[in-house]
Formats: sequence, C-alpha cells, structure tokens
Amino acid sequence: MEESFAVKDCGLIAIATGQEAQNLRELRDRVQTIHPGCIYYHFWGGMLSPSFDETEYQNDFAAWAWRSLHDNILAERLAIIDPSQHRKIDSLRQELLDVIEERLAESELVVWAHPGQRFKFIRSQILVFDTGTRITAPTEMAEQIALMSRGSIFYHFIDARRRTDTARSDFVEWLAAFDDPLCMELIRRISAIDPWFTTLTALRQELAAVFDRCTAGGGEK
Amino acid sequence: MNGLLEKYVPIVGAEVIDHLRHLAEPLKGSRVVHVNSTREGGGVAEILSWLIPFKQELGLETSWEVIKGDPEFYQCTKSFHNGLQGAGVTIPAGQLEAFEQTNRDNAEQLRSLLTEADFVFIHDPQPAPLLHFCPERKGKWVWRCHIDLSRPNRGVWKYLREWVAGYDASVWSLADFAQPLPHPLYLIAPSIDPLSQKNRDLYAGEVDAVFDRHGLDPDLPLITQVSRYDRFKDPIGVIRAFQLAREFTPLQLVLAGGGAADDPEGEEVLREVREAAGDDPNIHILLLPADAHREINALQRASTIVLQKSTREGFGLTVTEAMWKGRPVIGGNTGGIRLQVINHQTGFLVNTPEGAALRIRYLLKNREHLEEMGRRARALVLDNFLVTRHLREYLTLMHALRHEGQDRIEL
Repeated sequence: MEESFAVKDCGLIAIATGQEAQNLRELRDRVQTIHPGCIYYHFWGGMLSPSFDETEYQNDFAAWAWRSLHDNILAERLAIIDPSQHRKIDSLRQELLDVIEERLAESELVVWAHPGQRFKFIRSQILVFDTGTRITAPTEMAEQIALMSRGSIFYHFIDARRRTDTARSDFVEWLAAFDDPLCMELIRRISAIDPWFTTLTALRQELAAVFDRCTAGGGEK
Repeated sequence: MNGLLEKYVPIVGAEVIDHLRHLAEPLKGSRVVHVNSTREGGGVAEILSWLIPFKQELGLETSWEVIKGDPEFYQCTKSFHNGLQGAGVTIPAGQLEAFEQTNRDNAEQLRSLLTEADFVFIHDPQPAPLLHFCPERKGKWVWRCHIDLSRPNRGVWKYLREWVAGYDASVWSLADFAQPLPHPLYLIAPSIDPLSQKNRDLYAGEVDAVFDRHGLDPDLPLITQVSRYDRFKDPIGVIRAFQLAREFTPLQLVLAGGGAADDPEGEEVLREVREAAGDDPNIHILLLPADAHREINALQRASTIVLQKSTREGFGLTVTEAMWKGRPVIGGNTGGIRLQVINHQTGFLVNTPEGAALRIRYLLKNREHLEEMGRRARALVLDNFLVTRHLREYLTLMHALRHEGQDRIEL
C-alpha cells in the first residue's frame, strides 16, 4: 500500500569558511580540498539564500568567473554544469575541477579579481523539520503544493536529488509507488521540469500547474 | 499568541509564518538574552526592537539588556568602530581601561541573567568582554558583529579579537566582513520591519506634508540621504554630488540624520556638513530625533532618488528602507550596499561624488527607468531583506548551535 507524502520544510544557514580565491589557480587549489558542504552551497544554496547574482549564471562559480574574472568562456562552461547529474559531491567536485583545469590550460595569463571581489567559500547547515502535513493521494497534491513554503519545495524537489537513491525528486519517488497511468504521466511531466533559471516560488507554481492539469483532466491533453 | 506575526501574513504569506512557528516549537521556553550598548539610534537598536517581541511571541523567554558606560567608554568604542572599519586610530590606555572596567561593572549587574541563559547574543564590540567576565556560563554565547570588518585596523582588531575568540560562534552580515576566528562564522544579513513606523505605508497627505514642514519645493526633484552624521557616510560627498548634478538639472537635497547615543563624533561632522552646504537654500540639513521614524518614512517616500554614498558601510539598512518604498538607490560601492543595489537593476553603485552626480542626472532624465528600478528594488527586499527571513535565520542558528558539527539537522 502506498504511503502518504510527509511534507517537510527546511532552512539553510550559511557559514563563512574564511577560505577564498583571487584567481583561477587559487580557485582550483581550494576546490580540490574544500569542505563538501561548500560545493553543495555554491551550486544549490543560492536558491534558498538571499540571491543577488544574475540568474543566467546558475551557480556561484560561474557568476564569479563572469563578474569578477570577466572570463565569459569560463563562466559559460561552469554555468552548464548540472549538479543534479552527480550522486556524490566528489563527482561534482571533479567535474568542476575538470572545467577549471581546462581553462587554466588554455589561458596564458592568470586573471586576478579585485581584492574586494575574491571568491569566498561558504558552506551551510541544513535544518529539516516535519510540517505535520500528510498527503494521501495525488489528486490532493495540486492544492497542497500551492500551500508549501519555498523551503518545502527546495527540500522535496532540489535537495531530494542528492538524498534519494534514484537522484529524483520526492514527488517522483512517491508517485512511483502508485501503479496508475495518471501517476506515470505526472512522473513524466515532473521529470521534464528544469529546476534552473527560475526561483523556488516559480517552481512551486510550475509543479502545482502540472498536478492541477493532470489530476483535473485525467492525464495528457 | 498575541497576533504580532499574523500581521505579516498579508505581506509575506501564511506559509512563511507557519515556517517560523515550526522552527520555534522545539526552542520554546529557551532563555535568550540580547545585549548591546544603546536602546535608541542606529541599526542594531532597530533590529532588536522588533526581534525581541517576535521571539517572545514564539515562546522564547527573550530579554534585551543595554550596557551603561561613561563618555570615556563611548569615546573608546567609537574609536573601535572607526578602527574596525579601517581608520588609523590610537586608543589611549586610559580609554581601554574604561572599556574593560565598564564591562566588568555591567557583568556584575547582568551576571545571573547571562550565566543562566540558554543563548546569549552580544552585539558589536561594546559589550564583547562580558563573556570573559561570566566564566560560569551555561548556554551558547554568540558574538553578533554588525560592522564592516573587511579591512580592519590590525591593532584594534588584535585587541578585540582576544575578547571575541572565546565565543561559541559569531554572526556576520556578509562573508566579506568575517575575520578568521576559532569558531563557526555564521552569515545572517540584516533586515527591515515593513510594519514599523519607518517602513509602513503612509497616507499621501502625510508624505506631502514633509514638503511644507521642511520648506521643500514640491515641484523640484528631491534627492535624500538618511544617515547619522558620520564621515564614513560621506555627507560632504553627497553635497558635492548634488552641486555637480544641479549644474545640469534643477533639484533639491535633504540630508537627514540624528545622533546615536553611542556616537560622540556626530556634532563635529554635522558642523563640517553645515559648512560645506553654506547658505544654499536647496540644501536642507535636518537633525532629527532618534524616534523620528515616521518623518524619515515620509521623507524617503517623498524622495525622487535616495542616496547612500557611504565609503564604508556595515550593511546599510537605510538602503533597504528606501528600496522597500520603491525608490532606486545610488549607493557607495562598499559593504552591504553592494548586495542590495544591483548595479543598473535596483539602483547604481558609485565610487565618487562625480559618479553619484552622473547617475542622479541619468535617472532624472529617464523617469521610466527610475520607476522600473524602484519596482525591482522593492521586489528584492520582499524576497530577501524583511524581518521574517531574519528571524528564520536566527531560529535556524539556535538549532545549529544545539547540533554543532552536523551539516544536516533533522528536527
């Protein structure tokens, strides 16, 4: 029998590590050894933290390459890294290092950021709590998602990719337990949502719309 | 529940308030003490004036204590403040003795409250030595630094570091400000209260009335800087920017500020500002009392553009306030201003009076852009810089302190 969906919520708190980089070589050296929480934070944390960076660069490394090193080629390559493709932080770390190494090999000059624009490594602690809300059927989800906090969307849609064995969102994991064509359609549509270039508020609307369309119309239209 | 938090639902949404209640539930009954050096004037006092009632409503036994000192103590702490922001200062040994003695005396008064508390938040350098004078403490002690310490005077920081290294954690407004210490350095940006007298919506008539009250011309564009009379706020640079811009377009300037009880330099800076303004009828220098929140609110809303041309700034809550009122801000390219003023999006970052003058002229010429920037500015504050986000991070911090060393805390 399918279990009900337990709605959880979360918050991040950022911690300065005191480590920083002023050029690409220093960034490479720090990334090799930095706390795994920093890699997580600089790829995902921006969605839950006050965000000031330009949204076309979806991780802090790419934004820094563009804004402080003025290296658009590097920024584009870093921006395309998809952290959800990596089950382990060390694998994501390696892809990040590969891109940096490649750029270092191409460049004759090491560009320095201004002293006030060093890359500051930050890590975070994530605090998760149960809201007490339980959802028993996919047909309830559209209404319930609209009521979820940004933290809940982050936890179930973003953080879940690192937490679950299948690297999928909690919504997909839950729906997979139902042997039902409607749920298969929901899984297909939810899996097609790109979590980048958006905000948690917009993601919440997108998810609610998917559930709303499918459950109201009985599937594909 | 007295309904304080419910008042924020129409602004931030019910889910945000529910989130706060869930976070606070396991902390109910905790004894929390905040200590700073002034109850009025300056951003720290403002933050504490809303933070304390919020925590109380959420069931935390929270109190706010203010240490008391003599003029020598405040001279010393003002020098700390200047030195920590990079100024060259020499602090006489007598003042350092007054600093330590004041803390020793205040520790005597507060000892039982502080040692019994589950969480103690000490704000800024003034009360920092209290930790040292309360060796029997039971709870977690956090030093909350509101100052830009990105390039401190090394001698001043070396002295203060000895007093703050022993805390369980410290909290900084930005990663750029954090100095290495042997404990976790948490990052929490400040915030504003959208329902405070300084930020709540006002009737149009109330806004219009400031023109009459201060002899302003309602038909002239108004540029305003609201801040203490402090050299790091560069009020002279603002006057220079105004003078340069006015050569091209008619406008008027308001410099509005008051003194903080812990700032003995204010009067001297105010004299310099008056001298720089001369007898120009379009420069209005206002010395407002510390509780003139509604007046500042109206002035910000009456302004066409708001300036915060600081050369050093901890965070710049006046920037947040102006942005919340939908005003673009021309800000100094420093500290927390850089996080709020997204260049060309919510305002402009400038480095010189000339740069400020250029951007004033640009915005006055391009009114649609000015309006659009103002809308973006308000949206940025709604998402990131309101008290609810700030409170959430304080509660998260308290959980984090209880679960030290865990990257993932499941309540």
